[in-house]
Amino acid sequence: MTGTMTGAKLSLQDLRIAFGPRRVVDLDRLELATGEILGLAGESGSGKSITALAVLGLASTLGARVEGSVRLDDEELVGAAESRLREIRGSRISMIFQSPVSSLDPLLQVGELFERTLRLHGVRKREASERASNAFREVLLSVDLLQRYPHELSGGQAQRIAIAMALALRSEVLLADEPTSALDVTVQAEILDLLRRVREERGMSVLFISHDLAVIAELCDRVAVMQLGRIVEEGPTARVLGEPEDEYTKRLVAAVPKIGVRA
Amino acid sequence: MSRVPSYPDVESREEVLAPPGRLRSVPGVIRRNPLVAVGAAMCLAIFLVAVLAPLIATYPEDAGSAVHPLQTLEPPSAQHYFGTDQVGRDVFSRVVYGARISPVIAVLVLAISVLIGVPLGIAAGYFGGWIDEVISRVTDVFLAFPALLLALAFAAVMKPSITNTVIAISVTWWPWYTRIVRGQAASVTGRPFVESAKATGIPHRTILLRHILPNSITPIIVQVSLDVGGVILTASALSFLGLGAQDPTPDWGLMVSQGQAFFTTQWWLVTFPGAAIFLTAAAFNLLGDGLRDVLDPRRVLTTR
Amino acid sequence: MTRFVVRRLALAALVVLGVVVLTFVVARVVPGDPAATWAGPRARPEQIEKAREELGLDRPIPVQIAEYVGGIASGDWGVSLRTRRPVLDDIGRRAPASIELVTFATLLALAVGIPLGLVAARWKGKIPDVGSRLVAVVGVSMPSFWLAIVLQLVFFQWLHLLPVAGTYDPNLDYTSPLHSITNMPIVDALLTGNWAVFGSSLQHIILPAIVIAAYPAGVITRMVRASVLDTIGEDHVRMVRALGFPERSVFGRFALRHAWSPVVALLALVFAYALVNTFLVEAIFNRPGLGSYAADAIGALDTPAILGVTLFVAVVYVIGNLLVDIVQAVIDPRIRVS
Repeated sequence: MTGTMTGAKLSLQDLRIAFGPRRVVDLDRLELATGEILGLAGESGSGKSITALAVLGLASTLGARVEGSVRLDDEELVGAAESRLREIRGSRISMIFQSPVSSLDPLLQVGELFERTLRLHGVRKREASERASNAFREVLLSVDLLQRYPHELSGGQAQRIAIAMALALRSEVLLADEPTSALDVTVQAEILDLLRRVREERGMSVLFISHDLAVIAELCDRVAVMQLGRIVEEGPTARVLGEPEDEYTKRLVAAVPKIGVRA
Repeated sequence: MSRVPSYPDVESREEVLAPPGRLRSVPGVIRRNPLVAVGAAMCLAIFLVAVLAPLIATYPEDAGSAVHPLQTLEPPSAQHYFGTDQVGRDVFSRVVYGARISPVIAVLVLAISVLIGVPLGIAAGYFGGWIDEVISRVTDVFLAFPALLLALAFAAVMKPSITNTVIAISVTWWPWYTRIVRGQAASVTGRPFVESAKATGIPHRTILLRHILPNSITPIIVQVSLDVGGVILTASALSFLGLGAQDPTPDWGLMVSQGQAFFTTQWWLVTFPGAAIFLTAAAFNLLGDGLRDVLDPRRVLTTR
Repeated sequence: MTRFVVRRLALAALVVLGVVVLTFVVARVVPGDPAATWAGPRARPEQIEKAREELGLDRPIPVQIAEYVGGIASGDWGVSLRTRRPVLDDIGRRAPASIELVTFATLLALAVGIPLGLVAARWKGKIPDVGSRLVAVVGVSMPSFWLAIVLQLVFFQWLHLLPVAGTYDPNLDYTSPLHSITNMPIVDALLTGNWAVFGSSLQHIILPAIVIAAYPAGVITRMVRASVLDTIGEDHVRMVRALGFPERSVFGRFALRHAWSPVVALLALVFAYALVNTFLVEAIFNRPGLGSYAADAIGALDTPAILGVTLFVAVVYVIGNLLVDIVQAVIDPRIRVS
C-alpha cells in the first residue's frame, strides 16, 4: 500500500445523549487508541449507533441533544462550529454503515460520488482520480466498478467501496456501524480481513460496532460492552469475553451459540 | 437488571399501539400543521352556512326566480353586502344559497364514484386473470383523459343541468378509485393468510367482506377527502361554460359567467361567487391534507 | 432500453385505440339528432334524412365504429358543424398557439414550484414551510376562470400594468406584421427577428400563463416537498452527510435529484390539465387557440368538433405519458431494469 500512515486517538468523556426527556446514552469514558480496533458490543437499543453519529456531530439531525466531550486527538468536537465538523467528516473521521448498497446514492455512479467527495475536501481533479484508483486497488476491487451504479453491486463490493472512500480521503478514524451484519458469512470474513489490513498497513483507528460477539472476538483488540446507554464492562477482548465480570456481559457471552456445543 | 425495551420516539400511546405508519395522533397533526385546523374550521363554517341559509341570507327570495328591475347592478352597501346583479338580485343571498349546491354535487359525485369504482377495483385485484385485464384496460382508457376533459365531453353532449353535471363528472371520476383499490386488493390477496383461507374453502364473499374490504377503506377515505376540492372546481368549471346549472339557480360558477360581461365596472358580480368557490375548495383541500397526514403519512396509499 | 421503449409504445397504441372507441361511444350517447343539427333549424324532414345518410348515421353500429376508427387513423376527424371545415384542419391551425401558452405556463410552474418545494422541505415545520404549503393550497384551489378575471381586474383595470387580452398589440399588424411559420406567435417572432411583436407577445402572455400555471405550481410544490423529505430520511443521505457535505448541498444537490423523477411523472398530467384549462382561459383573454375553439364548439353544441378536440388532448396525454416514462428511465437507472 502506498498510503501514508494515518491514525488518531478518539476520547469520549461524560457523553450524554437524549431525545427530549429520554436519555439514551450515559457514557462515562470511552477511549479509542491510535491504531487500535475497539469493539463496541451490545444489543439493539443500547445506544451504540447514536454514539457513533454523535462523534460526527450528526446526532442532532435526528433530533438528539448531545452533551459532554468528544476529543479527536486534542480537538473538542462537541459544540464545535458546523463548518469545522464538516471538514472533519470524511477527511479525518469516516463512517460506514450496515446496509452498504443503500448507503450509496442510487442515481450516481460510484466514481461520481468519489470525485465529488474528494473535490469537496479540496483534492484537485487529477489527484482525485489517482486516489480513487489507488484506494480501489487497496481494497482489491477492479477500477471498472467506478462506472457502476449502486444497484449493480453486491453487498460486499459496496462495503469495500465505502472503506475505499475512507482510504482515499486519508481518514484517521473509521467508525464501522454493524458493517458486516447484513452480509453473507464468507463475505463477512473478507471484510474483516480488509479491516485488519487497513489497520496494519495504515494505522487507522477503528471503532467496530456490532451485536455479534463472535465477530468482535475475531477482530477487536479491546471491547466495550454497552447496555441501555451505559458501558458495563471494558477491557482486552480475550479477557472480557473469556472471563466476563459483569452480569450482563456474562449473559451475552452465554447466549452466543458455539459450533459443536449443544445447549 | 431486567431488560427494558426501548421504543422509538413516540408522542402518544396510540402511536405505540397502532401499526407503524398507519395512524398518528390527531392533536399532534394539528400542532405540526396549523393549516389543517383552519381548513376544518372553514368546512364547518360552510356546512353551517349551507344548512342555515334561509336564516343567513338577507333576501332569500333572490336565490330563486325573483327579479328587481329597479335595483340592478348596485355596488356593495349596507343593504346589499355583495351588491346586486344584472336583474337586481342580492348577490350575498345568492352566494349563501350557493353553498348548498357545490358541496352536494361533490358528495353525490364521490358517492357514485366509490359505489362504481370500489367493487370493480376489488374484483380486479382479488380475482385477477381476465377479469383484472378487462377492468384494468377499461380503466386505463378512461384515465387516458384528463378528468375535466372527459366530463366536458360528456356534459357537452347532454342537456345542461345539475343532474347531468353529476353524471358527467361521476363517469370520469370512478376510474381513480378502481385503480387505487385494485392495488390494495391485489396486495392483500397475495398475502399468505388469504391464500390459506381460499385453500380451506372459505367462500369468496366472506374473504372479501372480512379481509379485503376493510384493508382498502383507508386509501378510499383519504382519496375522497382529497377529491372534494377537485370535484367542486370541475363542477364550477362546467357551469361556467354553461353546461351545468341554469338560471335562476344560484350556482357559483354560473354566477361568475353571468357577471363576466360586467366585470370592468361591476366587479362585485364576479369577485364574490368566485371567491366562494376558491374558499370552499381550499377548505376541503386543507382538510384532506390533514386527513392524509393522519391516515397515510408515508403517502404509500394514494396515487394523486 | 429499446425493449422498454417498444413495450411502452405498444401499450400506448392500445390505449389510444380505446380512447378513440370511447369518444365514439360518447358521441352516440347524444340524445338529440346530429343530423338535425347539421341540416339546420329550419330543415324539412327529407333534408334531415338526407343529412343522416350523408353523415353515415343510418348504418349499423359496428360498421359505424369501424368507419370512425378508420377515419381517425386516416385523418378524417369529421367536419365541424359550426365552421364547416374538417375538424383536424381546425385543430391543426389552432393548437400551436395553445401549446405555446401551455409550455410557457408549465415552465413557469416548474420555476416556481421546485424552489418553493425545496425551501419547504429544508425548513420543514418552520415559517418557510407553512408559507409555501399555503401557497400550494391556494394554487390548487383556485378556479382558473375566476383567477383570470381577477388578474385582469387588478393588473389592467386598476393598476394599468398589463394588457387585458389578446396575443399581442393589434396595431403591430400594421407597423410590424408578423410572418407566420409555426402559428406560435412568440416562436415566430423570434424566428423572424420581429422584436416588436416578440416584446408585445411576452407582455400579453404573462397573465394567461400565470392563471394556467397556478394549479400545476401547487401540485409540483407539494410533490417536491414530499419527495425531498422522503429522500432525506434514507441511508444514502446519511452517508452523504457523514462525508462532510453541507446541508444546502444535501438538499439542493443530492436530494433534489431524486425529486426529478416524480416531478417528471407529473409533467404529462400537468401539461394535459393545462391544455384543458385553456378552454376556460383563452376565451377570457381573447386569445385564438385550441381552447377558444373548444369553448366555441361547446357553446354551439358542435359535437364533431368537441369530440375532435377531446380526442386530440387525450392523444397528447397518452404521448406525454409515454415520453415521461422514457425520460424517467433515463434519469433513474434502476427503472430500466424493471
